[in-house]
Amino acid sequence: MKLNRRTLLIGGGSLAAAATLAACGDNNPIGADPTTDGGATTPATDPTNGGATETADAPGGDVTLQQWYHEYGEAGVKEAVERYAAEYPDATVEVKWTPGDYAQILAAQLLTDDVPDVFEVEQGGSLDMIRAGQLEPLNDILDPVLADFNPSVIDRFMFEGKIYGVPQTVDMQLLYYRPSLLEAAGVEPPTTFEELVTAANAVKTADMGGFYAGNDGGVGVLGTMFIWASGHEQLNDDRTAAAFLTDDFYNALIAYREFSESGGVVQAASGEWYSPEAFINEEAAFQWGGLWSLPEIKEAFGDDVGVVPFPAIGPKGRPAVPFGAFGACVAAKGKNVEAAKQFVKWLWIDQEDKQVDFSDAYGTHVPAKPGLVPQATKLADGAGADAAKYVAENGFTNDIMWSGALGEAFGAAVSNVVKNGADPKAEFAGFEELAATELANLKG
Amino acid sequence: MRGHQGRNLWFLAFVAPFFIGLAIFVYVPIAWSAYLSFFDARNTVNPTRFVGFDNYRYLFNDRLFRDSLKVFVLFAVFIVPLTYVCSLGLALLLNNLKYGQAFFRSVFFIPMAVSYVIAAIVWRFVFFNGARFGMINSFIRSLGGDPVNWLGGGNNLYWVALISVRLWLQVGFYMILFIAGLNQIPRETYEAASIDGASGWRMLRFITLPQLRGASVAVIMLLFINAFQAFDEFYNMLGSIGSYPPYGRPPLVHLYLIAFGGGQQNLGVGGAGTMILTSIIVLFGLAQTWALGRGQEKPKKVRA
Repeated sequence: MKLNRRTLLIGGGSLAAAATLAACGDNNPIGADPTTDGGATTPATDPTNGGATETADAPGGDVTLQQWYHEYGEAGVKEAVERYAAEYPDATVEVKWTPGDYAQILAAQLLTDDVPDVFEVEQGGSLDMIRAGQLEPLNDILDPVLADFNPSVIDRFMFEGKIYGVPQTVDMQLLYYRPSLLEAAGVEPPTTFEELVTAANAVKTADMGGFYAGNDGGVGVLGTMFIWASGHEQLNDDRTAAAFLTDDFYNALIAYREFSESGGVVQAASGEWYSPEAFINEEAAFQWGGLWSLPEIKEAFGDDVGVVPFPAIGPKGRPAVPFGAFGACVAAKGKNVEAAKQFVKWLWIDQEDKQVDFSDAYGTHVPAKPGLVPQATKLADGAGADAAKYVAENGFTNDIMWSGALGEAFGAAVSNVVKNGADPKAEFAGFEELAATELANLKG
Repeated sequence: MRGHQGRNLWFLAFVAPFFIGLAIFVYVPIAWSAYLSFFDARNTVNPTRFVGFDNYRYLFNDRLFRDSLKVFVLFAVFIVPLTYVCSLGLALLLNNLKYGQAFFRSVFFIPMAVSYVIAAIVWRFVFFNGARFGMINSFIRSLGGDPVNWLGGGNNLYWVALISVRLWLQVGFYMILFIAGLNQIPRETYEAASIDGASGWRMLRFITLPQLRGASVAVIMLLFINAFQAFDEFYNMLGSIGSYPPYGRPPLVHLYLIAFGGGQQNLGVGGAGTMILTSIIVLFGLAQTWALGRGQEKPKKVRA
């Protein structure tokens, strides 16, 4: 199961480890000692540097950097990142590929004295890591080129004026549909939630349902979409309170509940939202899914595939797509901070052919620099090109202070409203206070 | 000091490894959790900000945490008596078999070797798959019914899956415990009873069950503790990437989600949760020993 990649799209309040736990049954990722490397570490000695000329042309050649990645699901990624590391002229870079619960293993390792020099972190660093001073600010290498990167991603990576990670590549979710089915039913691709309801109910048949977003009826993955698509943000500007507890948001939840009750939402299917089976097996005419599923869907339906963002919902609504991005970070406690920074700059800022290769050659991801999108073959036209445009214009992701506790309380309230018919206002009554307390705690 | 023939030394040699392991892996973590639970310990095991009982207060104000305790109680109310009755029933049936005892014993014991994760995934994707081609749903459809949404919420049917998987996995183990208990009962007791004219139900009621008291206490205790520690089948049957539903959420799953969800580490709240759960389980254990042990001690005193 190629699940690891998909954990990207998960922010606070989620099971970051679900994929790996569900797939591998890894019992105790925290207890596993990541320092016992042995065969796991792959020394990538520089081919141009080997031999007699080593001392002459490599001023930093005696520096050895350790770089950590989580386990990517797609074939070839491991070899690719080892190749990138081997091609770096100024230091020896050892790549450590980390299967299992990467976030937990990394967090544990960063508490020790033996930290990796360079490592990837979801959304360019967690609040915990930044607060603990584990991450080196990368403003000096990033500030001059900030405009080259996807603005939504940079916004999310920047925290109190500092940025700690260079975006590597971007993943996103979107709504798949079949243009031919819509045409036959005489409906347009939806731009508002009302149109989605109409279209889903128009195209569904006895065998094919309307809209599908997971075996939980969609409440898990769509939860925060109701915030963004109804025109809100999760938190206010100074991150002291929840910023979405309005009637517009409550009405968005009620609209989705009515959509579910009308029978337009498929409640269970052969695959989860993050895999394309339900759509390919024609169990639903619309499916909320990941961009990573695009190649499989194209293989099944050819050009008869369209994508739209989650449609605007309510009077202040706007279309929205969630994104996730790993950022390359440098350990502040590392032995060679400057050399590590230079390596990150070289790989994720300067070497654009490698950045395109990383995004495009193994799976389907959006390059972190919009300027490189035309070079990504899978995003050249059709649905892929639309997707790349949405993530730059309508991209949202969980706030850095949207913690696990907030996410759990929010998800439970959404689920109770949609599934059990609870009144949204009553259901979210306690959330405002909880958010204020939790945010005050997070501020420290 | 070394004792007769170095007895004390031998005592130390045998006990020390176990005790040291217990101390390092059980007592120290428990003590450390207790320490952490009074601090704002995010992403560190050496916290500095003392917060008193804030973490405990937070958990008791957390509706999901309170609900998770109810989930445990509900789960235990179903799984403990059900496993008890089924494993005792199987043990009694097998114990009277003339042929094939070993075969049937193995048949019922083998599920014990299956991991909870694997079984949960089979249950989720094969038997209790909510899609129309799930195994049970295919059967229902062939009878003309509509597909049932087993695990998706909006109903309580997920309990059927959760309880059946645990029952299937653990019934064989407790059956073995009961068989061992049955073998301890002296044959003479039964012979004497049958001479007195007792048979069938009366033998079970007045000989077998009282003689199995020791095994029963152990089984019920283990069943409770295991139900309390339930994690794997819940997590793998109901959880999805990025979300776990608010229903069917036992205490350990909830603590895991709020302490470690989303790549964060809130060890203070995690520690407080651990302390609460530990004290509940200790109280449970004491209450049970007291309730089940009372009747047993009286005859002893009479004899003394």
